[in-house]
Amino acid sequence: MNNPADTTPPRRAIDIVNASLKRRYARERRFRWLGATAVTLGMVFVVLLFADIILKGYTAFQQTYIQLPIELAAATIDPDGARDPATLARADYMKLIREALREQFPEVKDRRDRRLLNSMISVGAPDLLRERVMADPALIGTTQELWILADDDIDMLVKGYIDRNAPASDRRVGDQMIAWVDRLEAEGRVAKRFNTIFFTHGTSREPELAGIAGALMGSFYTLVLTFLLSFPIGVGAALYLEEFAPKNRWTDLIEVNVNNLAAVPSIVFGLLGLAVFIGFFGVPRSTPLVAALVMTLMTLPTIIIASRVALKSVPPSIREAALGVGASPLQTQFHHVLPLALPGILTGSIIGMARALGETAPLLMIGMIAFIVDIPKGFNDAATVLPVQIFLWADSPERGFVERTSAAILVLLAFLFVMNLAAVLLRRRFERRW
Amino acid sequence: MNTLVETMDKTTGAISSADLAQDRPSAATVGDVTVADPRMTCRNVDVWYGAKQAIKGVSLDIGKNEVLSMIGPSGCGKSTFLRCLNRMNDTIDGCRVTGSIKLDEQDIYDKGLDPVPLRAQVGMVFQKPNPFPKSIYENVAYGPRIHGLTNNKAELDELVETSLQKAGLWNEVKDRLDQPGTGLSGGQQQRLCIARTIAVSPEVILMDEPCSALDPIATAIIEELIDELRANYSIAIVTHSMQQAARVSQRTAYFHLGDLIEVGETNQIFTNPQHRLTEDYITGRFG
Repeated sequence: MNNPADTTPPRRAIDIVNASLKRRYARERRFRWLGATAVTLGMVFVVLLFADIILKGYTAFQQTYIQLPIELAAATIDPDGARDPATLARADYMKLIREALREQFPEVKDRRDRRLLNSMISVGAPDLLRERVMADPALIGTTQELWILADDDIDMLVKGYIDRNAPASDRRVGDQMIAWVDRLEAEGRVAKRFNTIFFTHGTSREPELAGIAGALMGSFYTLVLTFLLSFPIGVGAALYLEEFAPKNRWTDLIEVNVNNLAAVPSIVFGLLGLAVFIGFFGVPRSTPLVAALVMTLMTLPTIIIASRVALKSVPPSIREAALGVGASPLQTQFHHVLPLALPGILTGSIIGMARALGETAPLLMIGMIAFIVDIPKGFNDAATVLPVQIFLWADSPERGFVERTSAAILVLLAFLFVMNLAAVLLRRRFERRW
Repeated sequence: MNTLVETMDKTTGAISSADLAQDRPSAATVGDVTVADPRMTCRNVDVWYGAKQAIKGVSLDIGKNEVLSMIGPSGCGKSTFLRCLNRMNDTIDGCRVTGSIKLDEQDIYDKGLDPVPLRAQVGMVFQKPNPFPKSIYENVAYGPRIHGLTNNKAELDELVETSLQKAGLWNEVKDRLDQPGTGLSGGQQQRLCIARTIAVSPEVILMDEPCSALDPIATAIIEELIDELRANYSIAIVTHSMQQAARVSQRTAYFHLGDLIEVGETNQIFTNPQHRLTEDYITGRFG
């Protein structure tokens, strides 16, 4: 440049900048494109996942029933006419249903065929009929057109899950049964109705009688107790560690350990719960109580970390202001710092709760995998939870459990969605309090 | 003193801390650190942040009904010293204070002394207005409420009103006491913080650069307010503005690298500084 012989004009800085612009913008475009692709791909997989679950699961919300004119003969149900509930409960309702079914197919005489005919009806149908009659004893002695719960094989056939063209030996439902069902359908005696059993019953070996109510209540009790235990303990621990504890080697060690615990595989917490809570303290296994204790251990690190971050983000000027007017350190925290940190704390806690709701592995270790038909009525009843129920159903060979597995997943996802929505709404609500 | 002046870099007027430490092992402050009628008396106060000494043997009195301003370049320890006066430094890890600081003959660093009531006696206004994210009323009522200064709602209402009046904010906010305090302008927020401080009836008010985040008009209002508050309170104010120190204070203390260099009547400090460092600072040669 300083050489007078050099005739080329000096390059201005702006020329260099302009020359590099094209390359810089190209890089930016590439990055944006990558990002957009990643998001699209993610969305595609989410849609695929949901479509798959919904397509597999939506049929479980309907259940096949067969309409039969049932003669609720007083001689069978209530021979002495006293309408005594004990007598009504003991009556042979299956006989009534079978008689009604046989009337529809008078040509079926053979014993083996009759047994086949009987298998169209769910083994749970008499119980449902008994409930119906005991709720309304005036029905006794009359003939009612009633919708009777069909067996799961019939259900699968009506829903089209059984390939009619396959060789008869490969089908769960034989040719004769298909003919009967077709005849009933032609008479308008077969219908798919909303599956209330799925939401009101506990699990069962029979798909048509299996419901998620037991697992839902188990999940509910477990989550409530988990929240009651882990929220105060977690927030308290975070408050102490963040605001009161001296900063020394011990608190550093605790902090490192809390962070490590958040990354410990959940099944380890299950083993710990088995050894400590069940083995040492003798907490009854398979109960929401012990599940909640294990879940509390599991969610505590999440809540503590989230709470500490939230507390850290509260400006120190607020603490100074409160201390400056003579508030004690505890008053400073509870009157000023905690309310401001609450949105973050709640978000962290609900995310921890959502994780606890979806957790399976540690619960397998503490007996939640047991087959429990009864709906739990408290924290100390044997129970299972939704994800474990899904795990159990997914393992069952009956075709009817396939759709129920997907349906249960849908219910679980709905709950997770509601919880995340609650986290967002709570956050908004508390943040609005300037 | 001559050796000290000679160690100064003639071209920049800067002075290294090593030179100071060498030349002033027992910081002898120029001027009279005592007052006839002291509210707070500080003697040989040292403050350490870990291994670093932030305040070196400062002795200083704050008189009744006077405004004492503390000036000095950034990092000279004036804010640190101010925060010792109501033990706000307690909240800082590794901060250690030695020497004696007395409020009305009571050593505030006494082992048995509770800093909570102390901070009700020695209130503080901070550099950045920091109202609570609550209503204007709640901001002022919070202090009296936690200390139980009033017996019922009517008394509390009255206290809030008088506090806001003393802070010169009442007329501006009386119709919107339930509005958030954070919605006020910067100057109003700072006056709200002053109202919050005087609501708990302190004896001393510490102000840490209360106007540095405010515009000149808001600053003028606050300065006027400080002058009025002097009638009832002792005020210690840290400021970067020498004009402000000259306008609001009766006495001025000049800090330099943790040393209290010179104390005196404000007039005398600004017109006839005795120490070369003070003179250099107020004439703008460094700082």
